[in-house]
Amino acid sequence: MRKSITSAALVIAASLFGASSAFAAQAAPPGDAAKGKANFERVGCYQCHGHQGQGGREGPRIADPVPLAWPALQAWVRTTSGDMPPYTPKVLSDQELIDIYAYLQSVPKAPDFKNIPLLSGMQSTAANTR
Amino acid sequence: MARKTTSTGVDRRKFLAGAAVAGAASAIPGVKSARAQAAGDTAAFVKRPSSAAAEAEMAGNVPPSPGTLGGPAGSDFMVDVLKSVDIDFVFSNPASSCRGIHESIVNYGGNKKPEFITCMHEESAVAMTHGYFKVAGKPAAALCHGTVGLQHAAMAVYNAWCDRAASFIMVGNRMDANTRQPGVPTIHAVQDPGSLIRDFTKWDDNPQSLQHFAESAVRAYKIAMTPPHEPVLLAVEEKLQEDAIEKGPRPLVIPKLNMVSPPAGDPNAVREAAKLLAMADNPVIVADRVGRTPAGVKHLIELAEALNAPVVDQLGRMNMPNNHHLCVIGGGNLIGQSDCVLGLELTDFWGTVNAMDDSATADYRTKLKPGTKLISIGVGDLYIRANYQDFERYQPVDISIGADAEATLPMLTEYVKQAIPADRRAMIAARGDKAKKGQAAARERTLKAAADNAWDASPISSARFSAEIWNQIKNENWALVSRDSSPSNWPHRLWTFDQHHQFIGGPGGAGIGYGLPAAVGASFAHRSIDSSRICINIQNDGDSMYAPGALWTASHHKIPMLTIMWNNRAYHQEIMHLQRMANWRQRDVTTAHIGTTIWDPYVQYEKLAEALGQVGIGPITDPKDLGAAVKRGLEAVKMGEPVLINVVTQPR
Repeated sequence: MRKSITSAALVIAASLFGASSAFAAQAAPPGDAAKGKANFERVGCYQCHGHQGQGGREGPRIADPVPLAWPALQAWVRTTSGDMPPYTPKVLSDQELIDIYAYLQSVPKAPDFKNIPLLSGMQSTAANTR
Repeated sequence: MARKTTSTGVDRRKFLAGAAVAGAASAIPGVKSARAQAAGDTAAFVKRPSSAAAEAEMAGNVPPSPGTLGGPAGSDFMVDVLKSVDIDFVFSNPASSCRGIHESIVNYGGNKKPEFITCMHEESAVAMTHGYFKVAGKPAAALCHGTVGLQHAAMAVYNAWCDRAASFIMVGNRMDANTRQPGVPTIHAVQDPGSLIRDFTKWDDNPQSLQHFAESAVRAYKIAMTPPHEPVLLAVEEKLQEDAIEKGPRPLVIPKLNMVSPPAGDPNAVREAAKLLAMADNPVIVADRVGRTPAGVKHLIELAEALNAPVVDQLGRMNMPNNHHLCVIGGGNLIGQSDCVLGLELTDFWGTVNAMDDSATADYRTKLKPGTKLISIGVGDLYIRANYQDFERYQPVDISIGADAEATLPMLTEYVKQAIPADRRAMIAARGDKAKKGQAAARERTLKAAADNAWDASPISSARFSAEIWNQIKNENWALVSRDSSPSNWPHRLWTFDQHHQFIGGPGGAGIGYGLPAAVGASFAHRSIDSSRICINIQNDGDSMYAPGALWTASHHKIPMLTIMWNNRAYHQEIMHLQRMANWRQRDVTTAHIGTTIWDPYVQYEKLAEALGQVGIGPITDPKDLGAAVKRGLEAVKMGEPVLINVVTQPR
């Protein structure tokens, strides 16, 4: 009845993101994080990546940190042809994408799990994910 | 699953092994159970007080009053047959074509074993048998109205078929046009009742005598319970139900039920498979529906430990404790590193070893490195039908063993131990040590990922959702009666599943509307086995609206189930599909919410639950409130109340 969105290509995307993390600090054009947050919702980025870019079953984590430097992220979003569909300038302008990038950079850092009693108490129970 | 000795005194294990004969004797004069027939002991009949008048009528002492039946009803005998095969519940939406057997269940049978369970949709009735089977390890019955009722039920039958779940489905029908009421009863009659769902039932029959019914019912049960477990259908002829039992030259006999041993693999093929696994440097075991009983879990652990091979759990059943150092949830990368992959009861071997993009070009690629050996053990190759494509894409393998994996695993483990050369034992032991040492680090990564998963966000994140629930249930006797894929499998990543009854897999056919009724059916079984178990249902919001009446069934029958709504306020997967289309076509990507979201108005599930007799809690939007809500829900469940907590969540 329903075709599952699969994440195989997104695993590759995640790998690329991770591999490029060293370049994440490259300067990006100035963007408006508030507008970027609105764009992130409006054009549907949240659907796979979560409202804060935290990732989920269908999409990798893309905030805290943003794993790609601006040029690489822009190229990826425009040209990806795998499970993540491409966002061409026709459906998402350069400025809108710049604002989304600013929003992702503004997502606050996640707390250390060791400071969250709910999680730190779970170290003795175990499930492996690889 | 744990078994109980039935109230009839028949131990289920012995019963299933054929050591005990059909248990229930008939109160109907002239009817013999197989037990009585085998022993030649007519004294085995049980006298019920209600049968005295009927017996007198049969003897001809009392003429029947005008408008009444001249003897015991045929459907009384049908109830005896259901009792003889140990059917505990009949899930049904009431229907005129089943009125005879319905009345017999509640009056003649005393509404006990089987008990008539009131359902609000036939799809729900069958889905309840589906969930029930996966906990009880035996089928329940679904009783459906002729034609339209079975049409309602069809999708749930397909789910059960794909999920290898036994369900004993009955459909009312009247063949004889001469005795059929005109109008609706004739509209609801059909020449071939089974044709509608024959592509996805293992067997069906349309008995035209009571003796035929008895033999076909016992056969249907036996077929359904032979791996691969599947639904079966039995037409319940109205005339046979409603008319008095006709005196024949021979007494009616309920045949003895004995079960078919699950097929184990050919020893030569199993020995060859063992050699490949023993000589592999990186063997990987992939399990989908291995753990059909607790023994399957035990046998899988034994094989994994003999090889020190990781087990990639596809979560079709409770296959392996997720806190075992060799159990892996996910594990796609391991397939690519392996030189020998053993697939156990896989639904989709091709999809396990290949990756296909959902892209405009539909590209796919193998995950396997060259030369990787593939072994399949499962019943999928033994039984296949042509029309529906649930057999998935064809995957060539090196050794294909058509057999029940659970029954084959002990032999395979023994052969593996024999096949491991002395000079490889240290390497295999080291593989196990490495997995044990890696477990703590893997756990840390998982917990870090949970904290990184929008921990404090509203709507509530999947990791936070799962952690808050676990914190409340971890010291309880709990069972998850749903899958957990929508919250990105965070329950399986954070909770400890170490007992077979704690997980039952998913819908099989991915037909939406399975979740809620299947959880109710599973909870019926848990209540029967261990009334202290707390059933947790993580419920997708969209799924729940297909047949919310299942909540009422749980309320009416006092099923204390805790439903925690995963309310992302959408048919979320469909949003992604719609947006993908717009992206490919370079059209407006902001319209994907049209037709896919459940907004304007938001559904107030907590109020819906209250209207259907449950305790409703929520909506919970702040993660800080979730723990207290779950705690309150658990307290109510322990008091015997079904509870629904409406939790507003992130998409996944």
